[in-house]
Amino acid sequence: MAEATRVIERPLSPHISVYRVMINTVMSIVHRITGAALYFGTLLLAAWLVGAAMGERQFAMVNNLFGHPIGKLILFGYTWAIFQHMLGGLRHFLWDTGRGFQIWQVNLLSWLTIIGSISLTLATWAIGFSLRGGL
Amino acid sequence: MSSFRTPLGKVRGLGSAKEGTEHFWKQRLTAASNLILVCIAMVLLAKIVGADYATVKRTLAKPQNAILLLLLILSGIIHMRLGMQSIIEDYVHSEGRKVIALMLNSFFTLVVGLTCVFAVLKLSFGG
Repeated sequence: MAEATRVIERPLSPHISVYRVMINTVMSIVHRITGAALYFGTLLLAAWLVGAAMGERQFAMVNNLFGHPIGKLILFGYTWAIFQHMLGGLRHFLWDTGRGFQIWQVNLLSWLTIIGSISLTLATWAIGFSLRGGL
Repeated sequence: MSSFRTPLGKVRGLGSAKEGTEHFWKQRLTAASNLILVCIAMVLLAKIVGADYATVKRTLAKPQNAILLLLLILSGIIHMRLGMQSIIEDYVHSEGRKVIALMLNSFFTLVVGLTCVFAVLKLSFGG
């Protein structure tokens, strides 16, 4: 029991790093990264709701932070993360049914995910700005 | 191939972690509800983008909007907690650090979730 564990350098089987990076590799990693980003991004929603609940002055403060160029950039990234994770999730729903595992299908779905998420993000912000009547 | 699993164990289908497909199923269930709720919430947000405080407050206090937000928060934090649990279990190998990280994950999601819930309820009932 009390014996010190000896570290033996055993050979490891080839892992992720031996494979060429492909679009589905990137989309898989990005799905996890956006998931983690959205996890902490919930703080943005919390800040907005708490600001609104606290009163007019606090709400204006939160809105000012969100309206700052850096705040806008973060919100823009948050929007993209939502769409990217949402479309990535839809891909997983399809895979859950056992469909879409042919290489060409996987590649197509990966490209659709990234193109779709960027398009939806741009469309959302365009609609948002037009509703507000400008930047 | 002969199996060493007991008939009862096979029927229960819970595996060695004793949770079966619970994690997977809840992840997918909340993924589906998130998908619907986020889309509706975006429409709600579009309605109040750039609006003044009184309008925002009045809109968020409407029962259908408050319930939408409460559902989104609940569904969201369950999904978040499960997702982060997977990440922690994949990358944190030291048992002690893993347990602490999993605890912090539970605390974080609950604190953020209940804070949001409190804010939504205050907007509805706080006068």
